[in-house]
This record gives sequence, structure tokens and C-alpha cells, in this order.
Amino acid sequence: MSTTTSSKKAMATTGKRTETLEQAVIRFAGDSGDGMQLVGTQFTTASAVIGNDVSTFPDYPAEIRAPAGTLGGVSGFQINFGSRAVYTPGDTVDALVAMNPAALKVCLKDLAPGGVLVVNSDEFTQMNLAKARYETNPLETDELDKYRVYKVPITSQTLLAVKETGLNQKAAERCKNFYALGVVYWLFDRPLDVTIRWIDSKFAKVPAVAEANRRALQAGYNYGETAEIFSVRYRVGKAPLKPGRYRNVTGNQAAALGFVAAAKLAGKPLFYGSYPITPASEILHELTIYKNFDVRTFQAEDEIAAYAAVLGAAYAGCIGVTGTSGPGLALKQEGIGLGIMTELPTVIVDVQRGGPSTGLPTKTEQSDLWQAMLGRNGDCPAPVLAASSPADCFWAAMEAVRIAVKYMTPVFLLSDGYLSQGSEPWRIPNLDELAPIKVEHPTDPADFAPYRRDANGSRPWAIPGTPGLQHRVGGLEKLDVAGTVSYDPANHQRMTELRAGKVENIAAEIPPQEVYGDEAGGALLLVSWGGSFGAVRSAVERAREDGQDVSHVHLRWLNPTPRNLGEILSRFRTVVVCEMNMGQLQMLLRARYLVDAYGLHKVRGRPFMVSDIRAKIDEVLGGR
Amino acid sequence: MTTMADHPVLTIKDYKSDQDVRWCPGCGDFSILTAIQKCLAARQVPKEKVVCVSGIGCSSRFPYYMDTYGIHSIHGRAPAVATGVKLAKPELEVWVITGDGDALSIGGNHFLHAIRRNIGLKIVLFNNRIYALTKGQVSPTSEQGKRTKSTPYGSIENPVHSIAVALGAEITFAARAIYNDPKMLQEILERAANHKGTAFVEVYQDCAVYNHEAFSYLTDRQTRDDNILYLEHGKPMIFGKNRDKGIRLVGMDTQVVTLGQGVSEKDLLVHDEHCESPTLAFQLARMAYPRFPTPLGVFRDIEKPSYEAMLFDQIKATTAKLGPGDLNKLFASGDTWVVE
Ligand code: SF4
Repeated sequence: MSTTTSSKKAMATTGKRTETLEQAVIRFAGDSGDGMQLVGTQFTTASAVIGNDVSTFPDYPAEIRAPAGTLGGVSGFQINFGSRAVYTPGDTVDALVAMNPAALKVCLKDLAPGGVLVVNSDEFTQMNLAKARYETNPLETDELDKYRVYKVPITSQTLLAVKETGLNQKAAERCKNFYALGVVYWLFDRPLDVTIRWIDSKFAKVPAVAEANRRALQAGYNYGETAEIFSVRYRVGKAPLKPGRYRNVTGNQAAALGFVAAAKLAGKPLFYGSYPITPASEILHELTIYKNFDVRTFQAEDEIAAYAAVLGAAYAGCIGVTGTSGPGLALKQEGIGLGIMTELPTVIVDVQRGGPSTGLPTKTEQSDLWQAMLGRNGDCPAPVLAASSPADCFWAAMEAVRIAVKYMTPVFLLSDGYLSQGSEPWRIPNLDELAPIKVEHPTDPADFAPYRRDANGSRPWAIPGTPGLQHRVGGLEKLDVAGTVSYDPANHQRMTELRAGKVENIAAEIPPQEVYGDEAGGALLLVSWGGSFGAVRSAVERAREDGQDVSHVHLRWLNPTPRNLGEILSRFRTVVVCEMNMGQLQMLLRARYLVDAYGLHKVRGRPFMVSDIRAKIDEVLGGR
Repeated sequence: MTTMADHPVLTIKDYKSDQDVRWCPGCGDFSILTAIQKCLAARQVPKEKVVCVSGIGCSSRFPYYMDTYGIHSIHGRAPAVATGVKLAKPELEVWVITGDGDALSIGGNHFLHAIRRNIGLKIVLFNNRIYALTKGQVSPTSEQGKRTKSTPYGSIENPVHSIAVALGAEITFAARAIYNDPKMLQEILERAANHKGTAFVEVYQDCAVYNHEAFSYLTDRQTRDDNILYLEHGKPMIFGKNRDKGIRLVGMDTQVVTLGQGVSEKDLLVHDEHCESPTLAFQLARMAYPRFPTPLGVFRDIEKPSYEAMLFDQIKATTAKLGPGDLNKLFASGDTWVVE
């Protein structure tokens, strides 16, 4: 564990050594039926409860029903936890739990040299080895020599531990994930009580199962305590987190909560129209539960209808939101053009994935920025913002709604596969921390014109059912103020400018861009947006600790950009834009600011590693 | 309580916007516009309670001519846009104005799904069997062999029967009218408006420019009575200038027969709008000129819960069970912990 900073070593009462770590990355990996997501989540909660900062990422099998024990069926869950701020799920794994040979084969490449490897030795049978395409048993060769290997007969020990509960063999075996969790809890000195409480409430109706899982968990823990094989355990202390009540959220959960909150603050029903698409579907699943908030979810017949219905609902006074991913966004763009023409408030969450075309549905990328900025016919600008972390999806969702209703425009909120599935602790806000969202619907016919603008450049949001305000909107160009169809050339010029000007006006309320590092400028500035925040911030933090002259600007708003951005960019000798695409923001910044920005581009389907960014810093600054 | 005295009586004029109607002289759209305005006036629907949603095409300019709320949306998507309007405010009367290309070609998917959900939209399809706005290409309802700008050697496509498609999606109200019979058109529109769930009305409409007289067999004094079968609930299917022809079922097929000659009224099919099974309506929907008379009237009218009614039932039931949404509770659900 390379991040050990304190070598404070204490002899525990059992005669085992305890090492204190600043941060560690652990991954649970097994067959998709082994319950790895579940124990990963439990480990996350237990770590968060004792005060660690946490970031997680699940790795589902690529195929939905890959045969058990095969490489295609491996399911993993990675947790990075620390006593300092944790921004990413971690580049490499310090401790790997492999429940079968396939899991070992798939994950070993990510285990750091010298890392802890806990394997379920019971599963290393001829048959399982063959399924994982091992010709020889890696537990019997020198293949694992550079790791600290702990061979634990997890399956047989679990069966032994739960024997008295009377569960049949199959049900008893299913408890082995909790046994593994128990071992890891011992290894990383986590309390069991949080998980025991969870087991008790989850299996309240099947006491035998609850009992068996509890026993398996405890037995795993005891194994660590008593078995000779473990000579050292690790401790990760409290992180300096802001006081308050926390819960763990994925990006998609956080976005859903943000939309519910925004609609509630606006005092309007939320209408969420969507078509199932990976990795955005969980937003729909989540929102459909909240019917008592007057949330109306609509699973449309296609992507186009999803946005069309959202637009219709917005015309009739709902907070209209749709969620999708790249190929779905492509289908929605004609509708979004109508949204911009009719000047109706809607939010489009694009949970980006690897493209083009169907691309890599379950893998992350940031390659829809151009699509959001430029992907429609005509001069058709829309505000674009991006969330920077799973929990930030909550705040970004609220902000997107606030801007949409204030400026009467569709707003793009860019998330990505990594943010959507990854999780981190979210400090639950008090309601008075949430900025109000003001919505006004005119009612007075005396002075009403559907395209008369306010100081922000927005037209009034008059809704059907209001007597005397009958008006028609549509895709044809409209006469300024009056809103009737107009083919007048001068009017079209004016309306095009008004629509663009309205989006530019938003810059007035975007906070000035902050610089992490040297406000006054320096040798190198890294620019990031969206889900790349964590890796870039971690890398810059550490590089600065090592004395390197590098600063970081993370953009929340991509259109419009903060007013002082051009000024900031000009203060650095070298500007490098780090993004998981082939240079989309880079091109936009070059075009807008005539800045000679370079790029760091990765499209490997996974977030940046901190080491990628550090390597780039070293390359530009000439090494450490 | 509001009384009649609070609301001046609405006349057809009240539903007209101040915009000049821009259809070509002689276009069949005019009479449909008037019929819908009359339908609203007859029922005294407050103007602010009406939303007209259209797609793209000549007919889709319709909302601009109505002094109601309206959305002139994008090609084919009107049923989806209208779905959002209806689910936002179910108390509104939402009309979908569409054409044969708009509803059956580019918008086929939305047409199908609006119908199968039985959402409370009134879909009026102006069928002129041609792409008129784009100046005369073949449409999904154009007859095989039709020569148009895009089919100079004659269309090789099979036309679609819109009511048959609607029935395939289990439409709860389907009817057909024709532009030159305003009285019947208005009656049918009123029944559609009063229907709960999706109501679909196909209106044959003459495009005076690109497909003039496409329906002359139904409008020409000489031929029309022999070519129209007026559907009347509970009545045997009799038609013809001399009311001497009828429709009977032979095996699985309908057949035109002449009364007398051993065939009497009791051998004929009797129309049943409320029949649970759509089979009869489907047979009627496929009857086409010249082999058959064209049925006009209500093909089907059955009751089923509407989508919006079921959605709001779920919202009500969940709210009754859980209480109105409380953000504090929502935020703090699941495992939480406190950092001091
Ligand atoms: S082109 Fe045909 S359908 Fe269009 S307005 Fe003219 S007559 Fe009517």
C-alpha cells in the first residue's frame, strides 16, 4: 500500500501488528451471483460510518447472463477509502478479494505489487480453473509471488459456520460473501455493527437467513483474528469531512434526488420522460418511486417521444426533465431544437458513455460535449453544465432546473457512466441551504405577449388553463414580442440574437472561476470538466505537495463559461485540457479564447487514473 | 360555484384566432377547422381549457388558427407532445391534429403508443392521401399505382388503413368522416371529444392542389350513395342509392350482397360499436373502394380506464400511504451516519 505515510506500528493484543494507512483501495471480485456488489456496498457504509472519505465504483459483468465461473461473469466492486480527501475510486488496488479463479484472472492486473490478495481457495478446482482458462493452478505456481497471498477456504468455512441454522447447502453457500466481508473487516479494522443491523432489517422475514449471514460475517472476522496466516492488519483514520449527516449516493440517485428537490422548491410537479438506456435508466427507476412528491414518470416508446412529452409537460407547467445517453441524445436533438425555439424550460441529463454509435454502453466517456453544444440544426445554443462527482449530481440537477425556469430554455446536464454508477458520501443538506427556485406564471391578459422578454431575456411562462392567455408556440420562427409566425428576415436575425443573448446572460450569475493552486498563474494549468474532476484534482494536489508548479481549473459551466476564464487561461505558460474524449473542450477553448491549449485525451472506457495525469504533468514540467 | 351567467356564451367566432387561414382555396381543411370550432362551441368548452397539438404538414398549421392554447410541434411527434400536456394537466381537452404522412409515416410509433395507452387525446387525422406541404409525393395512404412526383411510374407500396392500425393497438374510439359532410363530421367530433381515453377520427380531406378529387367517388352525387356505408349502431349494414345493397359475412370475409334474390335484411351484419372484440371493426376498417363501400361513422366505442386516470390513481394511492413528500425524510432515507 503505497500510500502509507505513517509507519506507526503497534502490537495488538493478539500479537498482530497494526499499520496505519492514509488511504487504501480494496476490490471485491467474484462471480455475478456471489453478491459482490452487496458486500462492496456494506464495506463502503461501514467505512463511511467510521469517518473515512470514500469513493466507489462497481464493475458489472459485460454480459447479462454469462455462465457462472467464466471470465465474462466476473462482477467487482472497488472502494477507495482514506483519512484524507478521496476523489476517485483509485488507480490500482491495494487489497483484492477473489472469490474464484475467474475473478483472480480478471482483476490481478489491477493489484499493486506487494498488495494483499485474499482468495477463496475452495473454488480453485480443476473445473473452475478451466472455466477461467488457467492451465495451471496459480495458487501452486510462482505467479502470485509478488503479492501477499492469503488462501482462505471461504466456502467450506462458511458452511461450517452456518451449519446450525439448518439452511440447505445452496442457501448456506450463499452466505460466503459475508464470510469474505468478515475477513476484510478484520483486516481493515472495521466495526461489524452497521452490517449486522443491515442484515437484521433486510432479512427480518427470514430469521434463519439473517442468522446465517450474521454467523458467516462473525466467523470471517474471527478467522482473521485467530488464524495464523494474518500477521498484520490495517487502520485508516477519520477524514476531515464537513460535520453533518451523510449518506452514500450514486450519481444517478443524486440526480434523481436533485430533480425531486428542485421541483418541490419550485412548487411544481416533476415530469420525467425517458426511454430505458444504459447508464441512465436508474434515474427513471429512482424517480418512479417518488409518486407522493407528485412526480410523474413516463417511460416513452422511444427517445424522441420521451423528450417530446417532456416539452409538452413543460408547456403545461411541469418541471420537465429527460434522461438519456449518447445515442439517445442524438435522437432527441430535433425536439431539443423545438425546445429552444419555443423557449420552454426543460432539462436533458446526458449520462455519457463510450461512443460513437452503440459504442461501449457500460463504459464511461466524456464525448458528448460537442453534441450538447453543437448537435442541432440552425444556430441553436443551449446552456450546458456538468457534474463533477456522484454527490455533485444532486447540486448540478438543482442548478440545471433553476437556470431552465429562470431563462426559459432547455439545459443540458452532462453526467457520465462513471459518475452515474460510482458513489461517495453525500452530506445531506438542510432545506435552508437550498437556494429557492422562483417560478412565475402570468395571469393578467391586459399586458400579455408570449414573446415579450424580461430583464434576463426570458419570455413569460404562461400555461394552459389560464383564461385570456391563449397563445400558440411552435417550431416556425416567431415574431418578436407578439409570437405569431413570422418569415421576416430582420425579425429572424433579431430572434436568433435574442436566443443566443439569453444563454450568454447566464454568465452573469455563474460564480467567477476558481483556480486550485496559483491564482496569479504559473508554468502549467490543467483544465478539466465533469467526471474527470477527481483524478485531476488528486494528481494536482499530490504534484503540488511534491513542489510542482501546476494548478487546476475545473469547469462546471461549459456554456456559457465563467467571465474570468479567458483571463485565467492567459496567465499560464502551458494549458492542458484533460478529458475523456479526443479534444472536445480543448477545441471549444481554443476557438473561444484563442489559447494554445494542449490536450490529454483518453477513451479507454474508464475514468482517468491519477497516474495518467501525473505522467502528463511530469512530461510538461520535465519530471520530478 | 360558477353559473352560466358568469360565462358569456361562446360562439364559433370565439375559437378563431386573429391569424389569416393560409390554406389554398378549396382545401378540405377549412371545413374540418370549422367543424372543430363548432364542436367546441356546441359543448361550451372554455378556450383556455383547450390545447391543440400538431406535427408538420398542411393540416398541422391548424393550432395557429385557433384561439386556444396550441403547439405546432415537429414532424410526427404531436401525440408524444400532447401526452406530456395531458399528463401535466389532465383537465385540459387536448386535440392532436395530424395528417397521413405525419401520423402514419414519420409518426407511426407515437400514433401506435398513444393509442395503446388509451391516453385521453382526441386525434384527428386529415387524410388527403398525399404529401401536400412538400408539393406532391406519395403518402402511406396513397393507393397502389398512384403517380406522384416521387412515383412517376406508379406507387408500388401498399396503402395503410389507419383505422385498422388503430384497432391493432386496441383503440377505444375510432371513427371516420369526410370533409364535405360537416354535419356528420361535427357529430363524430363531439362524440370523440366526450370519449374518455384515446379517440381517433380519420377525416378524408381533399387536397385541392396535389390530389384533387381523390375522394370524388365519395363526394360525387352520382356515385356517393353506392360507395358509402353509413355505420349505425344496432342497424343492419345497408347502403346504395336504392338501399338495396348490404354487407354480410361469409366465412371470415365480408361480402357485398344485393337484397332480394334470396338475401334479406336478417342475413346482413348488424353494426355493434360497443363490441368487446375488435374483429368486426377490423373487417370494416379494411373495406376499401372499389370492391367495397367505404364505411363512415363510428367503428368502435368501448370503455377502458384511461392512462391519466390510472397514473393519478397511483399518485393518490401512494400519497395516501406515505403522506405528502417530505424532502428531509427523502434525503435521510437509507443508511445515514453523522460526522461530528
Ligand atoms: S396543398 Fe392541398 S392540403 Fe395543402 S393547403 Fe393546399 S389544398 Fe390544402
